[in-house]
Amino acid sequence: MDPNAYLILSAILFTIGVVGFLTRRNALIAFMSAELMLNASNLAMVTFSHVTGNLYGQVGAFFVMVVAAAEVVVGLAIIMIIFKTRRSASVDDQSQLKY
Amino acid sequence: MYPMEMEIVDPVAATGIFQFAWALIAWPLLVTAILLLAGKASNSWGHLLGVAGAVGDFVLAVVLWIQMIGTEVPNRAVKVPVTEWMTIGTMSVRADLLVDQLSILFALLVTGVGSLIFCYSIGYMAHDPNRRRFFAYLNLFIAAMLTLVLADNYALLFIGWEGVGLASYLLISFWQHRNSAALAGKKAFLVNRVGDLGLLCAMFTMFALFGSVNFNQVNHAISGAPATWITAIGIFLLVAACGKSAQVPLQSWLLDAMEGPTPVSALIHAATMVTAGVYLVVRSHAIYELTNAASLAVMVVGVVTLLAGAWVGSTKDDIKKVLAGSTMSQIGYMMLAAGIGPAGGAFAIFHLFTHGFFKANMFLGAGSVMHAMDDDTDMRHFGALRKVMPWTFGTFAMGYLAIIGIPPLAGFYSKDHIVVAAWERGPVFGVLAMIGAAITAFYMTRLMMMTFLGDKRWAEGIHPHESPAIMVGPLVVLAIGSAVLGVVLNNAIQVWLAPPTGHHPHELAWYHVPWQGWATLLLVILGVAVGYLVYRRPIAFDAPGKVNPLVYIGRNDLLADKFNHLVFVRGGGALASGIALVDDVIVDGAVRSLAGGTKGLGGVLRRTQTGYSRSYGLTMVLGAVIIAAVLILGRLG
Repeated sequence: MDPNAYLILSAILFTIGVVGFLTRRNALIAFMSAELMLNASNLAMVTFSHVTGNLYGQVGAFFVMVVAAAEVVVGLAIIMIIFKTRRSASVDDQSQLKY
Repeated sequence: MYPMEMEIVDPVAATGIFQFAWALIAWPLLVTAILLLAGKASNSWGHLLGVAGAVGDFVLAVVLWIQMIGTEVPNRAVKVPVTEWMTIGTMSVRADLLVDQLSILFALLVTGVGSLIFCYSIGYMAHDPNRRRFFAYLNLFIAAMLTLVLADNYALLFIGWEGVGLASYLLISFWQHRNSAALAGKKAFLVNRVGDLGLLCAMFTMFALFGSVNFNQVNHAISGAPATWITAIGIFLLVAACGKSAQVPLQSWLLDAMEGPTPVSALIHAATMVTAGVYLVVRSHAIYELTNAASLAVMVVGVVTLLAGAWVGSTKDDIKKVLAGSTMSQIGYMMLAAGIGPAGGAFAIFHLFTHGFFKANMFLGAGSVMHAMDDDTDMRHFGALRKVMPWTFGTFAMGYLAIIGIPPLAGFYSKDHIVVAAWERGPVFGVLAMIGAAITAFYMTRLMMMTFLGDKRWAEGIHPHESPAIMVGPLVVLAIGSAVLGVVLNNAIQVWLAPPTGHHPHELAWYHVPWQGWATLLLVILGVAVGYLVYRRPIAFDAPGKVNPLVYIGRNDLLADKFNHLVFVRGGGALASGIALVDDVIVDGAVRSLAGGTKGLGGVLRRTQTGYSRSYGLTMVLGAVIIAAVLILGRLG
């Protein structure tokens, strides 16, 4: 099995995530893109773990999953609240936090 | 030229009455304290206690003097331990007194002439509501002056030096409600500070080189010091002497100091305090003997001042200012003599002593005239006072004959010795000193002609009268002193002063006059004749508006005030505003531009904070790409 294929897949997924985060205004889509990037990096780490023959990469992937799960809880809650108060899920409308 | 081995007299420990020499200082100080603390309660008896301050001191000084005469010559210098003053590490300064031939002579002059002037002041200040305060300040002066001359080290001398400066300031501006008097006091104080700087620098140098400022220790150690530093100390001491003794270039305060009451002018600004500079130079003769440059500087300052003072004296119409110019001039003679070295030091003190008498006499005489003329000092308003004020005229005439040097009066002997000594040192100095004597004769004759002789030019409503006995009495005593002291002290004083001045006297008979003496006398007679012929003509009541440049410069105090204003006031102001500009533009500018730059940079960077999360994301991506590129390129390289 060629690990390069996994890494290329990981890179493709990460790129899709980046492009999605930068181009889409919808907060939920941006959120999904961020998740995609996280999982692309997870894939890369598992691949490296396989290549090197130890478990460090896999352990790292687990950590990322745990943190991502927590982040989803908090992030979705914020998006919900913002949508409720401002009737919009567009990230460009939420620029007042700079103050 | 100078003897290299010096005889330094080591003082012996005090015994007997000498142990109480400190009372000379303590007693007038006590009187000052009583008069100032008792306030108005002492108005009725304050002046009597004030006079007791001086007379008591005079009695004690005479007792000490008689005791000293009874002592063998090597034991005449006496050290009186008083107290440990300060100890810093291994260095210790004691506040001890030195009673030797030089200081006892000063003590006699200060307390003796002082007592007479104190008596005179009772009459002169009789109508002044603050007479008690006046006597308090006079006693403060006596205490400070005696501290100055009795100190056995430069540090304690400096205390007295500052003390007389303070007393002088208080007394010049005694009538402080007059703006000119207040200003004159401030001016004297400020100019004296310049001189004090010289004395301080001299003391710092002595501390650094020898670790001591004791006269005796410095005299012993000085010959081992580097020549440059000896000269430096000499110049520093000269600056100090110039400030206190109103020598060029620090002379400008003395003429304004005449704003003070006339007894003050007589005591402080003629007889005693202004001669402190001469005392300092004579006391430090061991230093000047080792440095040709510094002693030459002293002589040059002396000669320049004796001519400058005579110049001022020849042009002023104010009787007190003529006498002030004359004081400057006579102190110039003393400085010249002090700079000549061991041979001149004793003559400097001799002239100082006789000058103390005849100048105090003339100042008090001028005060008597002012008293009669309703405090007018303009000689153009006097004239013909000889008949109405016979006692004042007679005593003043003695002072006049003494100062111009008519034998056998005091000034003839004391000035003659200085001229001869100057001639032996260098003909230039001798000739200039002789010319000074001729000008002295001219302006003193002018003063006599304008004040006592000629026609009446009194202002309306002025009825001159002779002064009361309490004022005439001191005049008579001082006039007798002016007449006889020259003959009496001629030979004795230099023998007496030989140990402290390092001089080897030769016999001076009072009837023997060298050729320089005759030449000077001839010039003096010439000066008198010119003065008589010029001022025999009628004198205008008001000063002429247009005068020739020489007179103009003399009337404006040799333009010293204008010079000081231009150089120090305006120049100092320009320097200060220049420094302020540098501070404003460069220092503040750097700080301000740093602040402005930071603010501007913040303004630019603030724009990157848009609030759009996608642009933050882009920034993060770009940053990550750059870091990755650097890492990859680094790996490749």
